[in-house]
Amino acid sequence: MIEVLNLTKRYGETAAVADVSFRVEPGQVLGFLGPNGAGKTTTMRMLAGFLTPSEGAARICGHDIVMDSLAARRRLGYLPEGAPSYGEMRVGEFLGFIADVRGMQPARRRQRLEDVQARLDLGGVWRQTIDTLSKGFRRRVGLAQAILDDPPVLVLDEPTDGLDPNQKHEVRELIHAMRDKTVIVSTHILEEVEAVCTRAIIIDAGRIVADSTPQALLARSRYAGAVSVRAAHPAVVRDRLLGIGGVAEVEVEGDRVVALAQPGVEILTAIEQCLRADNVEVFELSRERGRLDDVFRSLTKPDTRAHRPAWHAGQESPA
Amino acid sequence: MNGTTAVFRRELASYFVTPVAYVFIVIFLILAGAFTFYLGAFYERGQADLQPFFTFHPWLYLILVPALSMRLWAEERKGGTVELLLTQPLSLAAAVLGKFLAAWSFAAIALALTVPLWFTVGYLGEPDHGVIAAGYVGSALMAGAFLAVGSALSAATRSQIVAFILTVVVCLALLLAGLPLVLDAFRALGLPQAVIDAIASLSFLTHFGAIGKGVLDLRDVLYFLVMIVFFLYATVLVIELKKAD
Repeated sequence: MIEVLNLTKRYGETAAVADVSFRVEPGQVLGFLGPNGAGKTTTMRMLAGFLTPSEGAARICGHDIVMDSLAARRRLGYLPEGAPSYGEMRVGEFLGFIADVRGMQPARRRQRLEDVQARLDLGGVWRQTIDTLSKGFRRRVGLAQAILDDPPVLVLDEPTDGLDPNQKHEVRELIHAMRDKTVIVSTHILEEVEAVCTRAIIIDAGRIVADSTPQALLARSRYAGAVSVRAAHPAVVRDRLLGIGGVAEVEVEGDRVVALAQPGVEILTAIEQCLRADNVEVFELSRERGRLDDVFRSLTKPDTRAHRPAWHAGQESPA
Repeated sequence: MNGTTAVFRRELASYFVTPVAYVFIVIFLILAGAFTFYLGAFYERGQADLQPFFTFHPWLYLILVPALSMRLWAEERKGGTVELLLTQPLSLAAAVLGKFLAAWSFAAIALALTVPLWFTVGYLGEPDHGVIAAGYVGSALMAGAFLAVGSALSAATRSQIVAFILTVVVCLALLLAGLPLVLDAFRALGLPQAVIDAIASLSFLTHFGAIGKGVLDLRDVLYFLVMIVFFLYATVLVIELKKAD
């Protein structure tokens, strides 16, 4: 369990993290989202005992990260940003070193090393120098190091940054397999939150701006319940959609026309019927669940909402 | 203790996976030999002792030890591994100690490889083995003090070059503290004699000289040990302070 209470980190006058409070229970995977420089890494570094908070407190499994730092760290597996490791060491040596630093007993050490070797598929590179590994393997070594001691709490700072889609998938599978633990994953890849997290916190300029499930966040999007239509003549479709009740706004993106619904109104059936009745040629018709990047942008940069050609229902469309 | 041992073993092994260790040892042995036989006039003196060998150690260490200590923390900070290391369940003091002991052991290995010189002088004449043993102990202690200084300064920067230069300068000041060159500068500041004496007593040369003559005075041994503890403690403080950036 992770408890964070009014955690604050100041550098001189500026607060990198300001008054952040949350609580993560075992079995939860918390996605920590935010633009670069929002304070994600600083928060995680404080949880991991690397930085000392200016104010506030945090506990890992009931152990205060400042007063009882060693006990807190013993229960924590941490993947620092960029997955640093000792490049001149071989994979097996490096993980053996982590096992020794953590004071693992010989039998458990052997068993855990075998486990992470299999789990992260490191058998083939076990005797290779870390410097010679690809980025994906280096990230895996970092993850192996974090889960080696089988800690109840995992804090992973951008575990999939810079990986190719296959590797990202593998890392997500791994996080999925760790569901019984308390996990915090930071990322700026929004699809990841939907893929692995049971809960998401969005942080901006050091403050929490949203704390909710990915689904609830999606529902906050302007695009929640929107209907997207791909058609040969987008302009024609646009004019038709503007006439339908419940449609708040219509946007055109290339050959795709997106009708935004008024809050709480289902517009899919109405649109489908209208287009069929008028015999409009349609390639594709789909309902959107909402766009996380849209929610993300509106929460973290309220002034710069994406500008696309949009006409409000009832308005005359430009010729 | 587990943590210190693990850090010690990793660190010591890391010297030997790169050419650094071998380059260091070879250069140390060549210079130690050259100084002893040419500058120290080992044969010409016609005396069966290792005085010419030990006399040059402070100067040899002045250049070589900072080259050994510069990477201790600067490299960890530059590579980001310091975050990995210090978020393990391991006290900072244990990490600092483990790394220092590894560097010190490495220096001791290099020093131990000069033992054939001891055999040589034993073959050539009847040296006082007690004096030579004391010389080795003193030399090792002095290397430890240099390394501790280097450890603290390596923690202060992420550039190994800066760490090297700072360590050379500080060690030079500590070496020369007993000489008029340094003391006159402090006298010019109008400091009281007690302070001048205190600065003079900090000199590595004075304490090493005493041990090298075969007088293994507890005060000299203690001096080097206190220096080591002090600078290792400084290392801990510097790391705490600099972690944030």
